[in-house]
Amino acid sequence: MNNFTVEAIELTRLYGGREAVSNVNFTLSKGEVLGFLGPNGAGKSTTMKMLTGNLAPSHGSVKICGIDMIENPKEAKALIGYLPEMRPLYKELTVDEYLTMAARLHRVSAKHIKKAVENAKERCGLTHMSKRLIENLSNGYQQRVGIAQAIIHSPMVVILDEPTVGLDPIQIRDIRTLIREVGTDHSVIISTHILPEVEMVCDQVQIIDKGKLVFNGSIDVLKRQRVGNKLLIGLRNPPAIEEILRISGVSEAESLANGLIRVRYAESAEPAEAIVQTAVQQGWGLHQIAPDQTSLEDVFMQLTYQEQVAV
Amino acid sequence: MIINVARKELKSVFASPMGWVILSLLMFAFGTQYLNAVNDYFAVMSGAMRPAERTGVTQFVGQSVYGLASFIMLFAVPLLSMRLISEERRSQTLPFLFSAPISLTEIVVGKFVGLVAFLSVLIVFIAAMLSTLNIWADIDFGFLLANSLGLLLMVAGFSALGIYFSSLTQQPVIAAILTFIALFALMMLDRFFGDDPTNVLGSLSLTRHFQSFASGLIDSADIVYFILFAVTFLTLTVRRLDADRLRG
Repeated sequence: MNNFTVEAIELTRLYGGREAVSNVNFTLSKGEVLGFLGPNGAGKSTTMKMLTGNLAPSHGSVKICGIDMIENPKEAKALIGYLPEMRPLYKELTVDEYLTMAARLHRVSAKHIKKAVENAKERCGLTHMSKRLIENLSNGYQQRVGIAQAIIHSPMVVILDEPTVGLDPIQIRDIRTLIREVGTDHSVIISTHILPEVEMVCDQVQIIDKGKLVFNGSIDVLKRQRVGNKLLIGLRNPPAIEEILRISGVSEAESLANGLIRVRYAESAEPAEAIVQTAVQQGWGLHQIAPDQTSLEDVFMQLTYQEQVAV
Repeated sequence: MIINVARKELKSVFASPMGWVILSLLMFAFGTQYLNAVNDYFAVMSGAMRPAERTGVTQFVGQSVYGLASFIMLFAVPLLSMRLISEERRSQTLPFLFSAPISLTEIVVGKFVGLVAFLSVLIVFIAAMLSTLNIWADIDFGFLLANSLGLLLMVAGFSALGIYFSSLTQQPVIAAILTFIALFALMMLDRFFGDDPTNVLGSLSLTRHFQSFASGLIDSADIVYFILFAVTFLTLTVRRLDADRLRG
């Protein structure tokens, strides 16, 4: 018995012959947060729908804590909390009424319902909104109700489809903290367009494009690609590029349009100190030196673009 | 779990004034009919000289009130059942139910039970109202029981059909119109084929099966007819929702 909380095995979904999701395999262990990345229409939501039993896969299977979603849907669903892309809120109810109903439908025993509702409200910062009709809440608060609904029965796996859409920066920070918190003892799967968010909250990243997984691994791998071995230097009196190349450890240098110079160096070398020394000695007028980070967007673009070229 | 889904439906109905307004308006209509029937009873019976023309007060008033009730339900049920699934489809709240640990059958039966529970409030009130006749007359409670049971079964049949049509569309109004047309057609079958008791189409008519209850007769064949009617449409609804999951 392994302790994977989510197992997706050769998950495939056809829409009229077209593969919306094809052959997606992954596993998630307890205490991990998985980020799902991908351009629009890549199959993120479809995959999530299959994981939660809202959509039957054409081939393949989903196991939640070892329970097969197709054979034992009720048991498997009891272990999942799901917030779809479109918030499933009954707007004519108050926050309390809605959450009580959600707790009841998710088999929280009658004794614990009140506590579960209070707990979920507190975690999502909804305590002062208890008696308000969901209809009258702002977009951000409605989103919080949606998240509260997904965690109310403290499920083993929480699946959130774009949870931070429509929230203000402070709420986003709260929600990220919440996701991390939930992620420590349960598993969380989130999908998002916001790339830095993935870096902040996720342990595992999956990039999906045109229904295929193009990247599946730990966030560190992605970070390493991102940081690279590059420095960005700003010089007031820049010398010829050849001068910089002469500094030991520097393998490549190029001037950028904004007046800065990007320097690449070998894996083990750390030329920063040498560069500063040379710059001071030669009077280049060094005013800035920093590691050059390719934005996550670039990495993302590379990964999805490579895939397109390969096809 | 069925109970929890039913509770959710009832909560939704009573969360807005809609539920209360419908209950009070319908009760107002039945109360007026009751009052008129009691008045008419005296007028008609004082004119009826021969014993054969005389009927009991329960039958006279009961037939008048239950006749109106069965007719009004023809309009009320489509209006109440229309939003059960189509509204959820439109506001995309179905995933909330689909991802909860409940089966499709439980969802559909829960919604059905919720609606029938709401409507049976009316049935209980009508029976209570007619029972007040007992204060000054000796009424036939068996007749009331048969009529209440008949009305309950008929309303259950209507509701099942309404839920099925509600699961077919995203527009509640379309569901209501389709339900009404279907129910009306099933009622009308009796008009066209009622003369011939061997006609199969005639025996599908809802009216014919309600008639035995209306005259105070509890016939197991009619009970089975209504139960089968409801089960058929609930099964179709479950299959329709399952198709959502399979085809997406």
